[in-house]
Amino acid sequence: MAQLITSQPGPGLTSADLRGDPRRMRKETVVRGLLFAAAATSIIISGLIVYSLVRETWTFVSQVDWALVWGDGWFPRRGQYDIKTLLVGSLIVTVVGLAVAGPIGLGAGIYLSEYASARVRKVIKPTIEVLAGVPSVVVGFFALTFISPEIIQRFREATPQQTMAAAGIGVAILIIPLVASISEDAMRSVPRSLREASYGLGARKVTTVGKVVLPAAVSGLVAAFIVAFSRAIGETMVVFIAAGKSGGSLFETNPLEPGLTMTAAMASIASGTDSVVGEALTFQSLFFVGAILFVITLALNIVADRFVRRVRERY
Amino acid sequence: MSISAPLSSGISAEAVRRRLHGQRFDLPGIVVHVALLLSLLFSLVVLGVLVYDLVSGGWDVFASRFASFLSGTMRFAASESGIAQALRGTLWIGVFVVALAFPFGIGAAVYLEEYAPDNRLTRVIDINIRNLAGVPSIVYGILGFAVFVKTLSGLTGGRSVIAGGITLAILVLPVVIITAAEAIRAVPDDLRQGGYGLGATRWEVTRTQVLPYAAPGILTGTVLSLARALGEAAPLILVGAVVGRLGSNPGLFDIGSLDQRFTALPIVITYWAGLPQPDFRALTAAAIVVVLAIVLAANAAAILMRNRYESKRG
Amino acid sequence: MSRPRGTTVPTHETVAAVSTRPDLRRGDEGEGAGSKPLVFGVEDVSVYYGGFRAVRNVDLAIGQQEITAFIGPSGCGKTTMLRCFNRMNDLIPSARIEGTISYHGVNLYEDGVNPVEVRRRIGMVFQKPNPFPKSIYDNIAYGPRIARLDGDMDELVEQALRRAALWDEVKDRLKDLAMGLSGGQQQRLCIARALAVDPEVILMDEPCSALDPIATGRIEDLMEEIKSSYTIIIVTHNMQQAARVSDRCAFFTAEVNETSDTRTGILVEFDRTEKMFSNPADERTENYVTGRFG
Ligand SMILES: Nc1ncnc2c1ncn2[C@@H]1O[C@H](COP(=O)(O)OP(=O)(O)OP(=O)(O)O)[C@@H](O)[C@H]1O
Ligand SMILES: [Mg+2]
Repeated sequence: MAQLITSQPGPGLTSADLRGDPRRMRKETVVRGLLFAAAATSIIISGLIVYSLVRETWTFVSQVDWALVWGDGWFPRRGQYDIKTLLVGSLIVTVVGLAVAGPIGLGAGIYLSEYASARVRKVIKPTIEVLAGVPSVVVGFFALTFISPEIIQRFREATPQQTMAAAGIGVAILIIPLVASISEDAMRSVPRSLREASYGLGARKVTTVGKVVLPAAVSGLVAAFIVAFSRAIGETMVVFIAAGKSGGSLFETNPLEPGLTMTAAMASIASGTDSVVGEALTFQSLFFVGAILFVITLALNIVADRFVRRVRERY
Repeated sequence: MSISAPLSSGISAEAVRRRLHGQRFDLPGIVVHVALLLSLLFSLVVLGVLVYDLVSGGWDVFASRFASFLSGTMRFAASESGIAQALRGTLWIGVFVVALAFPFGIGAAVYLEEYAPDNRLTRVIDINIRNLAGVPSIVYGILGFAVFVKTLSGLTGGRSVIAGGITLAILVLPVVIITAAEAIRAVPDDLRQGGYGLGATRWEVTRTQVLPYAAPGILTGTVLSLARALGEAAPLILVGAVVGRLGSNPGLFDIGSLDQRFTALPIVITYWAGLPQPDFRALTAAAIVVVLAIVLAANAAAILMRNRYESKRG
Repeated sequence: MSRPRGTTVPTHETVAAVSTRPDLRRGDEGEGAGSKPLVFGVEDVSVYYGGFRAVRNVDLAIGQQEITAFIGPSGCGKTTMLRCFNRMNDLIPSARIEGTISYHGVNLYEDGVNPVEVRRRIGMVFQKPNPFPKSIYDNIAYGPRIARLDGDMDELVEQALRRAALWDEVKDRLKDLAMGLSGGQQQRLCIARALAVDPEVILMDEPCSALDPIATGRIEDLMEEIKSSYTIIIVTHNMQQAARVSDRCAFFTAEVNETSDTRTGILVEFDRTEKMFSNPADERTENYVTGRFG
């Protein structure tokens, strides 16, 4: 019978009455445990990443002839592990990528935050987000079959189809949305009052944006660039498809030549024949490169996080 | 009009007006405005060109043999090749992501937002998740190789779609957690207080108030993560997806062969993109159109859904 | 619907008997036999948020089926104090309480007491109406469902809405979203929602501050009506409201700490409402109720 008998627990209430339904409480404990386990999984994953990298990297580091790690080129199947070939390759692709994506992404971010009307934002922002969802193999193929012949080779006919520059532009396409959205967020978090102070002094929009908003948002903009750098250096498929030199490469500093990055080098070792032939350390070199890449990106992310935090603390 | 005449000063209304209107032509302002607009439109143009280029490149394949392209296997001859095996791999990867990354990710987000005490462990977990989100996908491939292909080969069968699926689930887990946590944070505290005030336990408040309210946001994040996983190639290469011709072609739902070698759409694209024969260009473009259709449709749906709910709730 | 009840020695404490401090002892005119049984005894309670002491050394006695009003200037700790009675402060990680609050003689903060059960018995209505984004019906049924009260839910919903004087206005649209109601109706819905889990006490934190005078009047009438069955504690900034509806009144204020730049709430005076408004013992109370302060 459901009735609101206002049962007044007069004198005689004991603490036992305030204990609650033990079944509900047990369920609460179980659920809490499960949810904690889910959260703790992330720690386990980090542990597994380190575990995966460390063992074989150690084998490599302890057995390799270090003269070959700073030598003439990256040919793991022949026992040549010149790491600077890969580092410079990664750096070139990343710098090309940032040189293109930086200004364009920042420009898009400024426009979205300072100029765009609500209507424009509503249409364009989702489109940019959709671009962010294009898989990197697709962009890699696009860089190989469109950017390279239709753009790069138009300027310089003798350029090979697979180049670090083409890959760099492909990487740029992937990170423009990232730069745009982080820099937009950074500028939007600049308080209105600052802008109004500038307008109140009779400043024009360009002046306000350039002299007030951008400097105030600089931490966030730096963060955007660092995150983009980290994304670019870790990008694999675009480079694997569009930069050529999958088997190995000599030291190469010209962006208009084929080249090899850390990521592409790893992918080509892994995609080779099933049983990796050649030198005994070919397989281990994959982990060695992976460990270097992991440390670089981790450091970049930690630094970027600092900058983002600084924005949050300030406003 | 009667008061527009100057009172005492000698300035005419016309002079004042001229000053207030200022310079009509603000050249730097216009140049900057246009430059910014162009950089914004760049993304749109790229997206348009990319989609047009690929659709036109793959069109012939669809027009001439749509069904055999979808149902065919990988062959030497481009004219006979199809993506059946790749579709199967991609489908199962999706299943693993949904089955693993979603519950673990949403569970972790609920723990961090609703349960976690503000202590050291919580902060470590939090920072750890944000760092995991920035780890390059190929490094997850190394994890997948070392753990699921080698150490746990007894369970996964080694270079199988099981190993690949779990690896990609782990890859997107941090993103699922972060987006779900954001959606949960946006739930008004009023609702929680109301629930607690009526004597609901934490889980009851979470299940009946927080999760329903956050559902659209959580769903958006999960769909975006799923799309990302379906388009990933690098980790699968490390985990041993076959970048080449795959012989076996078990049925789409043949669970018994999940521990066999496999391939997936992005992997087939990578393989075909590297082949020299021009016929395979068209085939690659066609496979890309399929992957784009899946991934972009998921993206667009998720983004539209989020925007609708955002504007609805103000 | 019945609930297990302890059968230990009855202790018929009365409100008048609890406090030994002269300033807190109930006014003695005409009390005696009429004093109500005690529901809450508050002894020397201080509440902290981290290192910050929000209120200190509060002693109170809340009588059964009475309306007790908490008044005082903003930031003096009324909400903080109120949320101690159903352990809502447990949800704020930094909050900590010292002293004891007993509920029918049971220390609410002793080991084994479950805040969830406490909140079921001691309901709460908030400053801003906060209906759930569900139907009117489901809002009311929410509490009984989670508490697994058995019985005819339709009947229970109807009774709760009738008690909250909302039934006639909503009986034809129980399936509509609660957000479609007016602010005043929403707040009465929240009261009905609280009544549906059959609490003994209802805590109200400025329940009318978001409402217009007419809606406020209806809530005040409602409180008057249900007071015969419930014990009510209400926080209000509205002097007239306190004077109109409450039987007893507690005036809090904030004192500035000398060492730090913080303010700590203290209880200045606690007495029958007529006395507080006509002949307060403390000058600060007089200043406040006559509008000269705060
Ligand atoms: N969650 C919290 N964390 C830290 N300090 C708090 C918190 N809640 C309240 N306080 C502080 O405790 C003191 C008392 O706040 P409380 O909300 O209880 O005052 P109040 O009397 O209800 O005020 P008002 O009339 O404005 O509602 C204030 O100084 C307030 O800043
Ligand atoms: Mg308050």
